Amino acid sequence: MSVLSVKDLHVSVETEQGTKQILKGVDLEIKQGEIHAIMGPNGSGKSTLAYTIAGHPKYHVESGSITLDGAEVLDMTIDQRARAGLFLAMQYPVEIPGVKVADFLRTAKTALSGEAPALRPWIKEVNGAMKALRMEKAFSDRNVNEGFSGGEKKRNEILQLELLKPRFAVLDETDSGLDVDALKIVSEGVNRARESTGLGLLLITHYTRILRYIKPDFVHVFVDGRVAEEGGPELADRLENEGYDRFLTDTSVV
Amino acid sequence: MTLVTPEQHGLKAHSDGGWDADDKGFVPVQTRSARPKSFEHADFAPVNGLEADWKLTPVKLIKPLLDDVLDGTPYAIETDAPENVTVEWVARDDARVASAGEPEDRASANAWTNFDKALAITVTGEEHATVRISRSDMGASARAAHTVITARPHSNSTVLIESSGSALLSENVEIVVEDGATLNVVSVQDWADDAIHLASHFVQVGRDATLKHTLVSLGGKVVRVNPSVHLSGEGADGELYGLYFADEGQHLEQRVYLHHQAAQTRGRVNYKGALQGAGARTVWVGDVLIGSGGSGTDSYEQNRNLVLTEGTRADSIPNLEIETGDIQGAGHASATGRFDDEQLFYLQARGISEAEARRLVVIGFLAEIVQKVGDEQLEARLHTAIESELEGTNS
Repeated sequence: MSVLSVKDLHVSVETEQGTKQILKGVDLEIKQGEIHAIMGPNGSGKSTLAYTIAGHPKYHVESGSITLDGAEVLDMTIDQRARAGLFLAMQYPVEIPGVKVADFLRTAKTALSGEAPALRPWIKEVNGAMKALRMEKAFSDRNVNEGFSGGEKKRNEILQLELLKPRFAVLDETDSGLDVDALKIVSEGVNRARESTGLGLLLITHYTRILRYIKPDFVHVFVDGRVAEEGGPELADRLENEGYDRFLTDTSVV
Repeated sequence: MTLVTPEQHGLKAHSDGGWDADDKGFVPVQTRSARPKSFEHADFAPVNGLEADWKLTPVKLIKPLLDDVLDGTPYAIETDAPENVTVEWVARDDARVASAGEPEDRASANAWTNFDKALAITVTGEEHATVRISRSDMGASARAAHTVITARPHSNSTVLIESSGSALLSENVEIVVEDGATLNVVSVQDWADDAIHLASHFVQVGRDATLKHTLVSLGGKVVRVNPSVHLSGEGADGELYGLYFADEGQHLEQRVYLHHQAAQTRGRVNYKGALQGAGARTVWVGDVLIGSGGSGTDSYEQNRNLVLTEGTRADSIPNLEIETGDIQGAGHASATGRFDDEQLFYLQARGISEAEARRLVVIGFLAEIVQKVGDEQLEARLHTAIESELEGTNS
């Protein structure tokens, strides 16, 4: 069974005011098939963890490790991480002008599997996944994220999750900005991906509402760059009722 | 430290203004349409490289084209003129010559003074026709050329001119789109590394006529192509596109002038360029003039440059001049930027290698213009050419 393991991770970013420590010793272990929710107030380092796992150059790892079945992820380039089975559904997916969704998906699939997918079954699979996410066919002829609404961008992320079949996926605030219908559609997509591939999920969210549709096995509360509390799904319910206030008594919110 | 009392502004003449010149009557050109014009080389003063029109051009490299007598004899072309299209060499006094414009600079006037015969391409049919002209053997000695493209009323055609090989060429291209005609002109400059090419395109678009004009500059040491497009008939429509890719040591320049002369005209200008390698240099100037007769004008121009490496320079200068208040819309935009790291990150996070991600981003950026070319064969060739530019195998 695959394991994604984060150990004593310290991460900083460069800001105009100098180097800023964001993660201050994070430990997490996610086994294949498990769903872990990471919750926390703004500025607690949730997104930093997501981008550090994916290898965004903005984030500097000061110490610690991220391993995937024992292999050091931090030594891998961004694309090597994806090929090793990691996936990040982004909070703000960027526009790529002139690159059509269909071409992009096929290029990504080819890069991940090392060979171009057979055309007919691939197109069938893409169309099926798009239909399930209530995306119109014309979507695949549009340029990646160009002119997409917020909801379309998130669906496009989950479309990739379903088609690229990673072993572990980090969903960075996939629920933010979605109305309840879109939230359901997107959550169904995530659940389908999990049922068909048994991937492990790291679900980063500020709110508890997505956890009504995607049931976490574990909940971790992030405060000031550390895991402040861990528990089962009942912890999410408690946060729903109490908010983050009790974690913030002696820390400053950024 | 000494304190300097600033002088009263305007007390002394500006170094570039000439307002205080000895000849007090001196007034700089006030509007784009008022620039001096002449068919005679001798009417233009020698170029010193400080003139507004030349200061961004490597004048030293183009001296022979500015000053020397040029060889104006016909050169070899390859063409496959279909029905309803004639391609022929005609004398200077042919009625089609001088029907679209008059030189506005010394290199253009030199070409006009020296050309011997003009290459005339004339389209008559209402059924769409495509004519391809390729010239690959212009020679390395200083040469003048003249081309006249005439789209007769209600004709519909695509004219593709592709240039390759070595050249030291100054030329004028006249394009007349007569009433109700539709013309798509694509000029591809994919010269050899040592080529030097200066060109002026003079375009008149008649009543209810439609012009699409695309410049693609990929190869050559110095390539400067200046299209001046006059939407001279009511309801004329002009779309001007450009794509350029400058790499190490290349200078690619385009000075676009779009003149909304008649009422109810529509104009779109969109030029996109990429720069890669030390000394890669591009210049884009976009002058749009909405004349006093241009009521109901709808106009937009933009230039975008993508800088791929250090050591490049892109100039982008949009100008918009409006002489009537009664217009539908007019706007301009210009942006020059580096690779968007977030775009690369996004693609790489999906398993795509950095090299492939860069390739996708650049090709995507330029694809918008390639898609306008309107000829599948040429579009495919341009995609291949851009790919080899990226790999550095084409210069």
